[in-house]
Amino acid sequence: MDGRRVFALVLRQTYLIRGSVSRLVPLFIWVAIDMVLWGFMTRYLNTVTSPGFDFVPVLLGAVLMWDFFVRVMQGVTLAFFEDVWSRNFLNIFASPLSVVEYLAALVVSSIMTSTVGLVIMLTLATAVFGLSFFAYGVALVPFVLVLFTFGIAIGIIGCAVVLRLGPSAEWFIWPIPALLSPFAGVFYPIATLPAWMQLIARLLPPSYVFEGMRAIVLRRPFHMASLAVGAVLSVAAVMIACGIFTRVYRHAVRTGLIARYSAESVS
Amino acid sequence: MSILSVSRLRKTYGETVAVDGVSFEVAPREILGLLGPNGAGKTTTINMILGVLEPTAGAIAIGGRSLASDRRAALSRTNFAAVYAPLPGNLTVAQNLRIFGMLYGVHQIGARIDAVIHQFDLARFRHTKCGVLSSGEQTRVSLAKAMLNEPRLLLLDEPTASLDPATADDVRRRIQAFTSMGDGGVLWTSHNMYEVESVCDRVLFLSHGRVLLEGNPKTLPREHGKDTLEQLFIAVAREPLALEH
Repeated sequence: MDGRRVFALVLRQTYLIRGSVSRLVPLFIWVAIDMVLWGFMTRYLNTVTSPGFDFVPVLLGAVLMWDFFVRVMQGVTLAFFEDVWSRNFLNIFASPLSVVEYLAALVVSSIMTSTVGLVIMLTLATAVFGLSFFAYGVALVPFVLVLFTFGIAIGIIGCAVVLRLGPSAEWFIWPIPALLSPFAGVFYPIATLPAWMQLIARLLPPSYVFEGMRAIVLRRPFHMASLAVGAVLSVAAVMIACGIFTRVYRHAVRTGLIARYSAESVS
Repeated sequence: MSILSVSRLRKTYGETVAVDGVSFEVAPREILGLLGPNGAGKTTTINMILGVLEPTAGAIAIGGRSLASDRRAALSRTNFAAVYAPLPGNLTVAQNLRIFGMLYGVHQIGARIDAVIHQFDLARFRHTKCGVLSSGEQTRVSLAKAMLNEPRLLLLDEPTASLDPATADDVRRRIQAFTSMGDGGVLWTSHNMYEVESVCDRVLFLSHGRVLLEGNPKTLPREHGKDTLEQLFIAVAREPLALEH
């Protein structure tokens, strides 16, 4: 892998964001709105429920972590969509760039953009609403890593779907977080779900993160082994995602999809 | 050694044969014209040479490097410009050149960008987004990108399509300068037979995915009883069987 080629595409993303308000503002505006909305919601809930229970770490912390996962996923897909929107696949893939380098560039771009969102969220949640991440202890690090890894995986799968089905399939990608959230147990314990939904939830790494966060905040037993299952699942998801993307790319090269990529490219 | 070696190249889509056993070479300092009616297989051939379309059979070597087994080395020595592949319009000329220069592993990239910007008279557009340039200016930017890595093989798919005659003439002179000053080779497709006759050292006529005719564009029409290359092109398009040996 040639780091210079990876950096070329990250630099492209930097140029685009730096030169476009419509790309810059969404990096922080939606997460900021979410923090403000859920911050006041938790404050209100704290006034109408039994004293002693703090909704801030339970709800606001969960929303922050879920938003981080969404930003990571969108960081990957948006970097990919830039090539879709500018019909740039022929120029990109006729260069010496490899698929591994391309995927690495999407991941680094996502780290760059999702970090901006995370910093904004942390600033607002801690400074305005008093959220303290010290409450989660050292487990916070694996929580963040599992969500980051799974966000990367879902982002890459989203890219593969759009590469395979064409630019109009972009609309399959945006609702993915909303589709996953009921199963991930962001706001409620997985045990609340019916059995068949619990089964799906156990296959999703974020469910282990949010169960763990709730256990720590509510001072219930938290098993690191359970989080390890989530970590293994998230790493497996990345490997599967890369495999899917590579397979779709090879199909696109075999069928000529890369060379004539357009809205009617489904074959 | 040839710059480009294409051997028994074949591409099929199900029952449809797009390219059928095409073989040819491009020598150093040679401009080879790849001609044929729409659907003859020119762009399919070029896409296979660019590595964005996998051949069903056959082999491609660029500068002696196999595209199938040594893709990165082969493509590092190649570049292309095509009217249907403009550079992203949301980046400036300089930004696009920097990004593609890095992708192609260009050394001393700043100096090289300055050189191609000067070569293609793009200095006043350096910080202009490519999307707002005229088609002629965009073509020059594409050519500047194509020259960034000083390729040994330059693929040009209708590079002068949609250009006014003066700009097209300018582009032709720059491409001729590329082959006369270095040891690179050019594979050129065009529907402008005047252009082909004035620029190409040799032409291949493709029809239904096969090489039908090959020769010097200045003498080939007479060899087949036609006065001009355009008449020969029309004959290839309408009566290919009559020209087959």
